[in-house]
Amino acid sequence: MNPTYALALRHGDDALIAAQRLGEWVARAPELEEDVALANIALDQLGAARLLLSYAGELEGAGRDEDALAYLRDDREFRNCLLVELPNGDFAVTIAKLFFLAAYQRRFYERLCSSTDARLAAIGAKARKESAYHLDHAALWVLRLGDGTAESHRRMQAAVDEIWPYTHELFAADELTRQAEEQGLAVASHTFRPEWLAEVDAVLAEATLRRPDDNWAPGGGRDGLHTEHLSYLLAEMQVLHRAHPGARW
Amino acid sequence: MSRQQWPLWEVFVRARRGLSHTHVGSLHAPDAELALRNARDLYTRRQEGVSIWVVPATAITASSPDEKDAFFDPAADKVYRHPTFYEVPEGVAHL
Repeated sequence: MNPTYALALRHGDDALIAAQRLGEWVARAPELEEDVALANIALDQLGAARLLLSYAGELEGAGRDEDALAYLRDDREFRNCLLVELPNGDFAVTIAKLFFLAAYQRRFYERLCSSTDARLAAIGAKARKESAYHLDHAALWVLRLGDGTAESHRRMQAAVDEIWPYTHELFAADELTRQAEEQGLAVASHTFRPEWLAEVDAVLAEATLRRPDDNWAPGGGRDGLHTEHLSYLLAEMQVLHRAHPGARW
Repeated sequence: MSRQQWPLWEVFVRARRGLSHTHVGSLHAPDAELALRNARDLYTRRQEGVSIWVVPATAITASSPDEKDAFFDPAADKVYRHPTFYEVPEGVAHL
């Protein structure tokens, strides 16, 4: 398989599923202002997903565009990490997911700017500024919830504990990360985990939160083996396109 | 339990360098840092600005509508306050 295609698909799927999950908060966030903030972040993710999936479709050369890839694949064909497909849970869980993901995406996109593939480099240049803002937003909330009331601290710690195991998959090395690194397409994520960890540690410490131990490390998303949550997410996301193929506004 | 609402903040945006900050609206936020972020999301989505100020609405002292007459009417008949009592010399384009 063309590694550029696989890479665009993998990261495009991360962004697409993250966008869909965040979008679930629209009209349900704790405050109107936060509603808009989460929707903005969701739209940033969707923007990155469109660029990556469009490019993946072109590279594949099978006539599939971004819509075909988003709306007409089954869960086994999605290559996103498990973290993004996990349910939103309470606000603290959503923030924990966003915090870990944004800290990872910011570093990934930053490095993608120097990709040997000009198109990927351009996508990285656009997305890294957005990720920096997502990280800023999530970190502010981690601090406020972690170092807030007894109840907000309890919930934020529970959220960090729940999501932590899923962060390992973000940095897992496999054949694709090796090939991508070899061809200069993208830096393998495990190489920047120490930097990610240092940043995450600093925020957790300031938020008076404890970083969980590294034990269980669920994975499989990169090979299309997902949690049951993804099927439900896709059913909702794809229902219109499947019921009315090619529907347009 | 009664639901406590976040405090109100007034938002000022500078559209371009050289212009002054202009009041654009208000929003709710738990503290100043988040007020600034919320302002960014609510009022500069379409590149409306290059700088944002947020001010707690409680920090603003406003004139009262009841005092309108005493405050503003006396200026109405004092035409000499307007710079209209001199001739602009010819050839002075920017005065």
